[in-house]
Amino acid sequence: MFNKIQKFIFSDILKNRIVLAYTLLLAILSWSVFSIEDDGNKGVLTLLNIILLTTPLVSIIFTAIYLYNSSEFIELLLSQPIKRGKIWTGLFLGLFSSLAVAFIIGAGVPIMFFVQGSIGLILIGSGVMITGIFVSLGFLCTILTRDKARGIGISILLWLFFSLLFDGLVLFLLFQFADYPIEKVMVGVSALNPIDLARIFIILQLDVSAMLGYTGAIFKDFFGTGFGAIIGFVLMCLWAVIPFMVSRRMFIHKDL
Amino acid sequence: MPISPGGTFFSNLLTASLLLVGHICGAETHHVGEGFGLASIKQAIHASAKGDTILVHGGFYKEGNIILDKSVSLIGLDMPVLDGQKKFEVLSIKADSVLVSGFKVQFSGRASLDDPGGIKVYDSKYVRIIGNHLYDNFFGIYLQYSQHCVVKDNIIEAFGREEQEIGNGIHCWKCEDLQIIANTITGHRDGIYFEFVYRSIAWRNISSDNIRYGLHFMFSNDDAYITNIFRRNGAGVAVMFTKNVKMYNNTFIDNWGDAATGLLLKEISDSYLFNNRFVRNTSGIFMEGTNRIRIEKNIFKGNGWGMKIQASCSASDILHNNFIGNTFDIGTNGSLVLNTFDGNFWDKYEGYDLNKDKVGDVPYRPLSVFSVIVEQNPPAMLLYRSFIVTLLDRSERLIPTLTPDNFIDNIPRMNALPL
Amino acid sequence: MIEIRNVSKRFGKLEVLKDVNLTCSPGQCIALIGPNGCGKTTLIKCILGMVLPTSGSIYFKGKNVSRDYKYRCDIGYMPQVGRYPDNMSIGKVFEMIKDIRSAGEKLDEELVTSYQLKAMKHKKMRTLSGGTVQKVSASLSFLFSPEVLILDEPTAGLDPLAAEILKEKIIKEKENGKLIFITSHLLSELDELVTHVILMQEGEIRFHMPVSELKETTQTNSLAKAITHILKLDHVQ
Repeated sequence: MFNKIQKFIFSDILKNRIVLAYTLLLAILSWSVFSIEDDGNKGVLTLLNIILLTTPLVSIIFTAIYLYNSSEFIELLLSQPIKRGKIWTGLFLGLFSSLAVAFIIGAGVPIMFFVQGSIGLILIGSGVMITGIFVSLGFLCTILTRDKARGIGISILLWLFFSLLFDGLVLFLLFQFADYPIEKVMVGVSALNPIDLARIFIILQLDVSAMLGYTGAIFKDFFGTGFGAIIGFVLMCLWAVIPFMVSRRMFIHKDL
Repeated sequence: MPISPGGTFFSNLLTASLLLVGHICGAETHHVGEGFGLASIKQAIHASAKGDTILVHGGFYKEGNIILDKSVSLIGLDMPVLDGQKKFEVLSIKADSVLVSGFKVQFSGRASLDDPGGIKVYDSKYVRIIGNHLYDNFFGIYLQYSQHCVVKDNIIEAFGREEQEIGNGIHCWKCEDLQIIANTITGHRDGIYFEFVYRSIAWRNISSDNIRYGLHFMFSNDDAYITNIFRRNGAGVAVMFTKNVKMYNNTFIDNWGDAATGLLLKEISDSYLFNNRFVRNTSGIFMEGTNRIRIEKNIFKGNGWGMKIQASCSASDILHNNFIGNTFDIGTNGSLVLNTFDGNFWDKYEGYDLNKDKVGDVPYRPLSVFSVIVEQNPPAMLLYRSFIVTLLDRSERLIPTLTPDNFIDNIPRMNALPL
Repeated sequence: MIEIRNVSKRFGKLEVLKDVNLTCSPGQCIALIGPNGCGKTTLIKCILGMVLPTSGSIYFKGKNVSRDYKYRCDIGYMPQVGRYPDNMSIGKVFEMIKDIRSAGEKLDEELVTSYQLKAMKHKKMRTLSGGTVQKVSASLSFLFSPEVLILDEPTAGLDPLAAEILKEKIIKEKENGKLIFITSHLLSELDELVTHVILMQEGEIRFHMPVSELKETTQTNSLAKAITHILKLDHVQ
């Protein structure tokens, strides 16, 4: 039955002005990146930076705002004969699918147009994954606090953490443990940040990966194989599923 | 003088003229081949005297190790094949003024103590090896203790996979005054190898897909290599422990891989690089322990690192080069820099030119903070293209704190040089 | 029809409902009144399953409602403030709720017709005035002819004409034997509607009695006066 909610939310969000602006922004950025960079690989790298910055931010904040604005509507849904879990799942699927579609239209189409081969598909796939992960984190932020301002604050902090602070921490660790062979540990550490995971995964597909040196080689040994790619994929999925499942559990037991 | 049937014989202008010379000098011409005077090359060599010409007609010659110990011209017609059966050194030259031309030399013996080659020159002068095809030999052409030799227009190919199981394409050891011209070399350990080779030149060679280096210099002073192409080698060119090398007009391209470089300079002094192109190499130039090198008017394009200059380098002048589309223009492992960077074009330069003299009004610092970090801590490359790195680089550009002060181009160009 | 047994609810240290017991039968139209923060809304939310009681239980047609959701088929709820997804049209909202309820053909579209909502079916919720949104909420709560109606401040925000239409509808449904809860601050308005009154104070039910009985004991002729009378008595004590 949640599919019904998803369907309506999906069409509602697709008409949302912020989402339209987001789609347009992605489209303009990607088309211009690809027309300026004559080298396809370079274009992919530039676009990767843009995607890894904007997509998480838009996904998490839009989700938080949308959920807070829908609190009365969610109450109305709760008064209907439908399970709470289904409402929450329907909202998640609605938000995720609409933002993913926005991403695919905005960035995916130009990528398909300009990037040949599997790299393009991997880039689009990672973008969709990142969208799912940060929508999921947005759900977690919203359920943590009833206060809209605080909830949006938490989601901005989370975004800042994953796109900036985490890497700062990694840099700090690298220098703290410079005398130890920590390359293999870093494979594990990077799995703790979905943005890093996506970034490294895509760089490994490009020939700039030669520049990653010994650490890159270890990553390639791991993520370059079919098994590693599956692990990477599963990790990303877990990042999308776990925060949502936690929030769903909290939603089911929450007083509204 | 053996009589030979007409037709092919007189139609070959080269042969005809040689014959003419032979006549004048009183030298003889010997024919080898099925249906001709002699059946084996060994017999012909045995029968010939200094100044004679041996014409080998098309066919398959499996004669073990052929030792050419007389000053004769050995000329193949219709590309006769000399086969070493993977057991023998195919052709050993042990006389001065030998010409070897027009043979397909294949399947020399494999790795053993005496380094078997397709064609090997021992202690000889004025040897010319021209227009041969060397196919799947351990060493292609090997020269030792030889002077004034010419190796020209040869195609040298092999299919090595590991450094240990294959020799070099053109290997020169303790030689002087060599000319290595217009050869094409692929699939060997090093394309061209110079060790203790002086006053020699490599010109217009194409050395690609070799396992280690396209061109390898060791202890070889006063040499020059000009207008060569080095493509997809483990490293394009390695110049080590050498003085006074001139490197002009060469192209170093697609030498891409974990430790690959376009040009590796190690313990070099008093050398000059002019008008070379470094395109899509992991590092364009990697230099270590160099002294008094002048690098002028070269193009560095699309490399991972344009140049990696180790702290052990000093007194280098890097002038008037174009740095375009490199991930990092410059990398270094230290802060002590006694090199100058002036008048280069850097596509990452964001300065301005108010007085319109085509020189940027603010200096450019080609060393990005991230490249400094990576040099100190290679695993940090993991953060390549992350947001924090972009941010660090931006802020460092504004207020330099981590990068060495003296790594600076005071007169950066606003536009690329027309190179 | 609805039986509330020993229901208590705490939000942290705050005890919002204190051991509430209540039985309501079909045909009753109950005014739920009391000062702000007395626990009215919490009680309604408990019945709707939005708030889970700390202790005690609620029975709907004899069945415990905790961990159940199907019983809500028989409840129509009109919230005090309705907000709907911005870009959804009125038509879509109806379609969606119908979808969720898997409702068949038997719909009570009386209010939809009276409020002429069909004519503006394509209007987006974002563009509607507060009153129109309330009309949508009201129409939705009656649409499926539920046996129980819970109306939270139903006439607030409606223009007098629309409020009158709604009141008539409430009376009609009461006569149809439905159980109706109304919370309102406008006591005068409730007079003609309700049959029973529940007064809540500080999380407890002060009394639950028929309006006639209330008027008798307080010797007043209107609900407003009766309630004021009781509150004054409290003050004197």
